[in-house]
This record gives sequence, C-alpha cells and structure tokens, in this order.
Amino acid sequence: MSPVNSVPLPPTDRPSGPAVEGLVSLADGRRGLCGVIASVGAAPLASDAVLADELERRLLEMGFVEGARVEILHEGFIGRDPICVRLDDMRVALRRREARGVMVRTDPRP
Amino acid sequence: MTPSATTAPGPMTPTGPAADALRVALVGNPNSGKTALFNALTGSRQKVANYAGVTVERKEGLVISPSGRRTVVLDLPGTYSLRARSPDEVVTRDAVLGHLAGEVPPDVVICVADATNLRLVLRLALELKAVGRPAVLALNMVDIAQRQGLDIDTDRLSAELGMPVIGTVATRRRGISELVTAVEARAEADAAADAETGRPQSGGHGWTEPSAAEIRHLHREAERILKACVRPPRRPDTWTGRMDDVLLHPVWGIAILLGILFVMFQAVFAGAKPVMDLITAGFDALSALVAQRLPEGLLRSLICEGIIAGVGSVVVFLPQILILFLFIILLEDVGYMARAAFLLDRIMGGAGLHGRAFIPLLSSFACAIPGIMATRVIDNRRDRLTTILVAPLMTCSARIPVYTLIISAFVPARQVLGGLSLQGLVFFGLYAAGMLSALAVAWAVRKVFWRSASEPFLMELPAYKVPDPANVLRNVALRGHIFLRRAGTTILSMMVLIWFLCTVPGKPAGAAGPAIDYSFAGVIGHAIGPLLAPIGFSWQMTVALIPGMAAREVAVGALGTVYAVSGGEESSRVLGASLAHQWSLASALAFLAWYVFAPQCASTLAVVKRETNSWRWPLIMFGYMTGLAYLAAFIVYRTAVAMGAG
Repeated sequence: MSPVNSVPLPPTDRPSGPAVEGLVSLADGRRGLCGVIASVGAAPLASDAVLADELERRLLEMGFVEGARVEILHEGFIGRDPICVRLDDMRVALRRREARGVMVRTDPRP
Repeated sequence: MTPSATTAPGPMTPTGPAADALRVALVGNPNSGKTALFNALTGSRQKVANYAGVTVERKEGLVISPSGRRTVVLDLPGTYSLRARSPDEVVTRDAVLGHLAGEVPPDVVICVADATNLRLVLRLALELKAVGRPAVLALNMVDIAQRQGLDIDTDRLSAELGMPVIGTVATRRRGISELVTAVEARAEADAAADAETGRPQSGGHGWTEPSAAEIRHLHREAERILKACVRPPRRPDTWTGRMDDVLLHPVWGIAILLGILFVMFQAVFAGAKPVMDLITAGFDALSALVAQRLPEGLLRSLICEGIIAGVGSVVVFLPQILILFLFIILLEDVGYMARAAFLLDRIMGGAGLHGRAFIPLLSSFACAIPGIMATRVIDNRRDRLTTILVAPLMTCSARIPVYTLIISAFVPARQVLGGLSLQGLVFFGLYAAGMLSALAVAWAVRKVFWRSASEPFLMELPAYKVPDPANVLRNVALRGHIFLRRAGTTILSMMVLIWFLCTVPGKPAGAAGPAIDYSFAGVIGHAIGPLLAPIGFSWQMTVALIPGMAAREVAVGALGTVYAVSGGEESSRVLGASLAHQWSLASALAFLAWYVFAPQCASTLAVVKRETNSWRWPLIMFGYMTGLAYLAAFIVYRTAVAMGAG
C-alpha cells in the first residue's frame, strides 16, 4: 500500500486542538468531527490515477463544496479507513486519501 | 441535425409508422428510482441490448401517451454530472448531447430526482438546462417526502429551473400519465418554437466540460434554488442513521455482513442444487426419450448428445443466476450494497480490487457464470474487468467431482499432523491455491493493464428503503432472460462444436479402442500430446481435456470415455481404481494442479465474451489461465518426479 494510506492521524499526545486555527483536513479527522468545509483543493498526493484537478471536481460534484456541513459518522475497521460522513443531508463514503484536500473548519467546542 | 425549416427532429428520424414516435431519455443520479420509473413507464415493453462497442447496457421501452402517441423511452445510466467519468456516463452524456453514434437524439430529457435528496440532482438539472435540450423534472418518491414533512414548492421550482416539475411515485405508478402528458406538451412546444424560428432550438452544440469553478458556481445556484423552494423535513428520516450505527459498526457491521454473505452463498450453492438436479434429470430423460424414437446414427447423436444436452447445460445455470440476482437486487434496492462496499473496501483494496468485487468472487465459488454476471454491481470498468478475469480462479462447484475422483484415487486416506485428514488437507490446499492466485492475478492485472491506476472511492450511501417486490422480481427475471437469450446462444453453439469435435469422424467398423480416439478431438489430443508430455500428461489425459471443455465436471465422464470405463453407480470408483493403475502419482498431482487454473469451461468464456462485448477478454483469460495451469502442473510434476513419485 502507498504511504499515503498509512493515515497520519493526529497523534494523541498532541493537544486535541487542530494545528491551524480550527482548520483540519477531513483526512485527519476522527469519528465525531463536526464542521463546515472551508476549502476543497487539489491535494498533492491525492490519487495516482486521477489528476488532482479531476479529484477536486469529483469531490465538488458529490457535494463537498465550501460551506457544506460535514460530520464524520463512521470509520472503517482497518486503519479507520474509509470514512462515512454526513454531508449536509446526504451520507457519503470516501477513503482518507481522497479526503485529504477537503479542509474543515471545526465547530467551536462547547 | 440539419438546420431545415421543418418540425422533424433530424435526418435520423425513422420513417414509416414510427416516424412520429417521441424519443425520451431518462437521466438522473444513482439511487433516484430511475429504473423503477422506467419500469412504471414502459411495463413489460422493454428491450435490452448493448451500445455498439461498449459494455454498457442499453434499455429501451415503449409507452403510449394518453393522447395515443407512441413514445420511446431510453433509460440512461445514472450519473451525477454530464462530465462523464466512466463508459456508462459517457453514454449518458453523448445521448443527451445527441452525439451518440447510431442513436437518435432525444426530443425530451426526463431528469429523475429523488424528492428527498435534491441538492445534487438540481445541479444536474441545471447542467441539462444549459445543454438546451427540452427537459422535464420528475420529482420521484414524493410520498416519502410527504411522510417526512418535506415541503417542495413545485411551481417555484419549475420557474427557477425553466422546466415542468411533476411529482411521481414510480413504485405505485402515481403521476406517470401526468409525466407523459407533460413530456408530450414539452415536445410540441419545442417543435412549434423550432418551426417559428426556422431552426431546432434543442441540441448539444457548444457544450464543454465544466471546470471546478463552474461546478462551484452551479452548485451555489442549486443551493439557492433549494433554499427558495424546499422547506427542510419536519420529520427527517432517522432510521437510516440508526441502522448505519449498527450496520457500519466495526464489529456488528462486519458480523452482519458475514451473516448476509453466508446466507447468500448457501442459497446459491445449496439452494439451487435440487432445481439443478431436476433440470439435469429432465434433460437426460428427454434425451433418452428422443433416443428411443430415432434410429442409431449421427443425427440421433447430434440431437441427443449435441443439442438437447447443450440446451440442458445452458438452462442448468438459471437457478443459481436467479437466486444470486435476487440477493443482489434486494441488497441494491434496500441500499445495503454501498454499505458492503464500505466495509470491504480495505480488505479487497489490498489486492487492487473494488469493495463490491466481493459478491461476484464469493458467488464464483458456486459457479463463475453467475459470478461474472454479478460483476455488474461494479461501476468502474477497470475494476469490473479485473474481477471478471480472476473470477474463474475461485474453486467452483464443478471442480469438486474432478478433485474428489483424483484425490480419492491417489491420496492415501490417512491422518497427518495429529488428526487432520490428508485428503482433506489436499482439498483445502486446492481451494487456497485458487484464492491466493486470484489475489495475485488481480494485483498483476492492475500493474500490467492499468499501470497501477486506482480509482477514487467516493460513493453516496443512499437512505435505506423498503424494496418494491414487483420491481425486484421484474429485474431478476430480466437477468435470467438476458442470460438465456445472449449468453445461452453462445454456450449452446460451443456445446454443439465440442460434440462435433468428439463425435466426427466416427469409429471405423471393427476398429479397437474408444470412438473418441478416431474423432477430431482424438486427432487434436494426439497432436498436442507432446506439448503436454513435459507436465506428465499421457495422450489419453490430453484427449479427455477436449470434451472436458464443455464443463469442468465433464472431465470425469471424459476420462471414463477415454479409458472405456462406463455406466453405473460404481463407475466413479471403478474409474478411480483404473486411473490409479495407469497414472503415476506425479501425473495425478499435475492433473489436479492443471484443474486449479485451466480455463476448462467454454461457458465461462462465452459469458465473458457477452459481458465484455468482445473476444479480447475471453482470449486474454484463456491465455493467462492456460499459462498458469501449465506452469503449475509443470512445477508439481517435476517436483513430484524429483521426489520419486514419477
């Protein structure tokens, strides 16, 4: 498997707050992550087959658009991959490497 | 289209009684109930074929409008956008744009929407509007929307989209005649506009693939329309979330999935058995009956052993195919198939297979024919072809009689490793060899043919729904019909060809030895004998491989024919004893290794031809499987000889 797949989950010893002011890649999120999509971009190592631009368009067509609400509902049982997210009022499954370019502004913690 | 000043849509319009037939195409997202709507519109007046040169299924049906006008409905593959990403979606795009070779451009496009899930289909509707072809939006499943308390302002929606909006419930045939009337009115308005301006209004001229920025723009527009026309549900569906909590659970989800797969496999493997036995017995009886009426000779042989046995060998697959597709269509309609793919993605992905490849491969343990037909659950062409190529490596039930014959004749019935049966171990080893080689071949196919390309896994998980029994049955029957009509004819002609090779020319009067020796099969067997000698096959074994192409289990009977052991309950045991005398252990093991890999099944090749719509893939399959079989038999034979079993 490619190194992208050995998901770089946020290490647990780090404070759980994301690195850049509430902004986290959907690929690094854990179950329960809630927020609004801040940007959908070409993720560098996104996928070997489809060009980054193609992946961006596929994500957009599936509804991963700036301003959409996302929540990670389920994680796969091997390597927590793929993930199932609530996207506005739909449910979508995708692999973490495909989710890398989706940046999420997480909801402020209560 | 010709810019003529007539109302006729173009030069490709058929003339004669069908000249005024309206052409309508159904476009919609996957899971929008598009097929159910197609069934509701056309009933049983459907035709299924393939588009020229591609594996995409073409479904067409006929509906007579309330005013008596004939309307031809084309069910296009589901898509999220006109920006095609797969061969199926290319067909949808080209059909809508009017670019599809051999296809009359549709007069009207029906955009099918799931009323409870409008966001993405509104963007698709806007894309269709931009193309300029007259369109009607069918707001399907409005009953579920009403139950959820979802308010849709259809007048406003119609004004925003610039197309009529009709609420339908395809499974109850509600709104169908309203839809047909709206389509007809739309077509007439368009034709009138054409006549007025002197040129066709509709057409796919100047369509270009939208860029990321354009998709964002269209999505924002769809979002605005959604906010303006739809009030969110007062009683949203909470069942889907609650069921997913269990069905996608890391432990329970997997346990339930395995349970479902186990039941399905049992039903295909064991449930179909009595019916298959009945079919076999029926055709045997018919053959015997005909044999009594006809004088002995080539004609009797052709009818009894060629045609009747050949038709029997086609029909015998039906029970497995119908049972398997009943499960697949139920799981698909309930909405579970996408969940199964989610759960299995990482397991199958390691070998470069799609999560959905699991069901076809599991079914192939019963028989590769339904397994290969089941690969239609995989949308992506490459993933589908990879799965088709490896499916026959799964140990199908037809190999069991061959394995049993050889193992019981050559492997001593003793216990090893503290209580394990040696025969059982060899049996298990053969199964394991099939599975492991399938994974290895899938991995290699990805490297060789697709240059490691892997498709993104990005899939909507639809809301769970109660399937409509009438729709399920209609779709299962459709699969059986397609198998009989398309694969059946190829299988039958191959069976007759094999019969011909094994029967003609006949045995000369007073000649010694079995008749097959004097036939073309005997000639071929003797000719390729030297090629197979290095893997320890005698010429008798080589000759038996040719009738054995009819089906794997036929090899047992074929060996019986070659060694002139025939008839009776005891024949298998007698044959085993006879083989134990004539073959060395090394040859027997090589024969087993050969049967793990060899493409000894003409029906499988015929089905691959039908499913891929070309001879290329069955030839590749035949080549690689023969190569693997030769290699494996060679290694096994040489190793065994070196260890003194020659």
